[in-house]
Amino acid sequence: MFETKHPYRVQLTESGQLKHFITTEGLPRELLTEILDTADSFVDMGAQQVKKVPLLRGRTVANLFFENSTRTLSTFELAAKRLSADVLNLNIATSSTKKGETLKDTLMTLAAMQSDMFVVRHSDSGAAHFIASEVTPGVAIINAGDGRHAHPTQAMLDMLTIRRHKGDFTQLRIAVVGDVLHSRVARSQLHALRTLGVAEVRVIAPRTLLPRDVENFGVKVYQDLTEGLRDVDVVMTLRLQRERMTSALLPSESEYFKLYGITDDRLAYAHPEAIVMHPGPINRGVEISSAVADGKRSVILDQVTNGIAVRMAVMSMAMSGQQAERQARADAEAAAAAEQGAEQGAANEA
Amino acid sequence: MKLKIAGGRVIDPAQNLDQVTDIYIDAGAILALGDEPEGFVAEEVIDASGQIVAPGFIDLCAQLGEPGQTQRGTIASETAAAAAGGITTLVTPPTTIPVVDTTAVAELIQDRAQDSGFARVLPLGALTKGLEGEQLAPMHALATSGCIGFSNARQPITSSMVLMRALEYAATHDLLVVFQAEDRSLVGSGCMHDGSTATRLGLIGIPAAAETIEVSRCLLLVEETGVRAHFGQLSCAGSVKLIEEARLQGLPVTADVSAHQLLLTDEQVDGFDSMFHVNPPFRSVADRDALRNGLVTGTITAICSDHQPQDEIAKEAPFAATEIGISSLETLLPLSLLMVEEGWLELPQLIERLSKNPAQILGIEAGTLEVGSAADIAIFDPELRWSPTADQLRSKGKNTPFKALELKGRVTLTLLGGTPVFRL
Repeated sequence: MFETKHPYRVQLTESGQLKHFITTEGLPRELLTEILDTADSFVDMGAQQVKKVPLLRGRTVANLFFENSTRTLSTFELAAKRLSADVLNLNIATSSTKKGETLKDTLMTLAAMQSDMFVVRHSDSGAAHFIASEVTPGVAIINAGDGRHAHPTQAMLDMLTIRRHKGDFTQLRIAVVGDVLHSRVARSQLHALRTLGVAEVRVIAPRTLLPRDVENFGVKVYQDLTEGLRDVDVVMTLRLQRERMTSALLPSESEYFKLYGITDDRLAYAHPEAIVMHPGPINRGVEISSAVADGKRSVILDQVTNGIAVRMAVMSMAMSGQQAERQARADAEAAAAAEQGAEQGAANEA
Repeated sequence: MKLKIAGGRVIDPAQNLDQVTDIYIDAGAILALGDEPEGFVAEEVIDASGQIVAPGFIDLCAQLGEPGQTQRGTIASETAAAAAGGITTLVTPPTTIPVVDTTAVAELIQDRAQDSGFARVLPLGALTKGLEGEQLAPMHALATSGCIGFSNARQPITSSMVLMRALEYAATHDLLVVFQAEDRSLVGSGCMHDGSTATRLGLIGIPAAAETIEVSRCLLLVEETGVRAHFGQLSCAGSVKLIEEARLQGLPVTADVSAHQLLLTDEQVDGFDSMFHVNPPFRSVADRDALRNGLVTGTITAICSDHQPQDEIAKEAPFAATEIGISSLETLLPLSLLMVEEGWLELPQLIERLSKNPAQILGIEAGTLEVGSAADIAIFDPELRWSPTADQLRSKGKNTPFKALELKGRVTLTLLGGTPVFRL
């Protein structure tokens, strides 16, 4: 009885340009590729002595972190500064929302300070979508993680890392290992991997860490790590939070490591040139052994470097999408005014 | 006041009546049907031609907001909304603030409803004190002051011993117990049905087992105690099956479903629209179809509104952080009519599930147009199109996902005890 919804449409302008970045779901392959291409150019720039470009000069970017995270906040801050933006960091987890101010009030206040972009991290799934669609649609929203829903910049930096190491996505076999149930990173990765045409995407985890109907992402599910790792080109491990032990999802970290931890022995089943990724921070000896994390297959530090480039890419793209939309609106208004003026003129002549 | 309702299609399932005829009302009661009684002079003649004349609807679950949460709704505002929806009697759960575990609160609700004069309000009393699941509420006293049945709403009674004793005590006094079955530990911090939409959105799912486990436990204790029991707002196929089996076994149990559960599924949550945030959650297509089937076969005998008005701000947040519920008194009829439109029920069968059946569940004399009964009547135009936008709704709660839709079917006049309480 209701029209089919395409919630990811909220992040695109009418002509299909990115104006917010909320989820990798539903974005066309060309757009994901454009993000990667743009990011690629910023990676090279980062290696130079002067690391700044003026793409966001005079713009204000507010980092709104309703959940604490030093790492992600720092990379967003650095990305915005390399684009020459003015940056405002707000650690809201400990400020106004505790005083009973609603999320909407907080956002409206910040919008009134004429911010051009909000980078938002929030513990509720759908928070970034809510802000972009109902609170401040005229401010570019970059989702830095919402609940279990999405963490699209993390997924795209992973895609960039894979592309820089492996090239063509369509020839790859990729396994995502670990706590998919609670992971916004995994959801964004699975959408991106499927859209980019990866030949085979696998998910490996015990059933307590898999959400219902996870196969609907277009993935193959494995409960056995060895079987799941067989011949894969990329191993993407997920972070495991301590509290999974106390909430009856797993008996112990050591049992998890024994069954699902990535070790050199386990990796022997993967493709000989397989790379290993982790979104960080790593729990050594839980998700992954130290030998693997520091070993030659690990591309974990590349991920961090690529993270800054990807964030620069989506920030600059979303800002130009917003600008294009404003311009289109202004043009439409001007055209309407001109038409009205012409009518008025005709009426006066008559 | 003497009234004549002329020329409507009168449908009264209690009398197996479905024909175009006239109704004569005097002193708040139905005086005659068909031929005009000798010497009857109507003070007002209501032209009902082209419309349906039905017994006023009886809604088994509507929250009113008062006492305690009048920003959501007041007894006056929400009973006015009920009247606009053709509802002349409604049952309100004990989850007010304070809860209905003292006769003072039960009486306050009924007094305010009477002062407002829009609808008959029957409170449910709390099954346990403070709905805390530990000590019995004073059921006998509450029943004496007008509580129509007893419920712990969705508050858990963790101890099966306490639950059994509560049911035994209710059975002692032949009181009706109403369950809104939910296992709190399986609901956890879930906010929608546990299915592929929840998985994609990263919203925490509520499995169907959260309902079926509690339905099972309650049914076993109903069998043990013999208490009269009603299960409100079923949401899944498993519950329908359990109730069906219990009824076949001869247990004294009945069940209802909310109108919106008959229509919507979890896919609607895609897009994080908080208007679809309800509990029990919208479930799968298979669950929805099982509810429809249950309604057809008679496992589920009544449709309710499950009205939950919310103020504007309650729905303005990320999905899981928003308050649950739909403001649904005024859409009960048009949503239910879709079951007729889609061929699941005939119109008289639908009216039966909105009037005669809920009256039977409650054991009250209502839901009929028989001569001598109170003139609680809903007159509606089944073809009239409208949208439940904020300016159209009398309820204080404007929270409805249906506001953007054009609905078909609207009440044009409601009589409560022979007095018009709503005119379109």
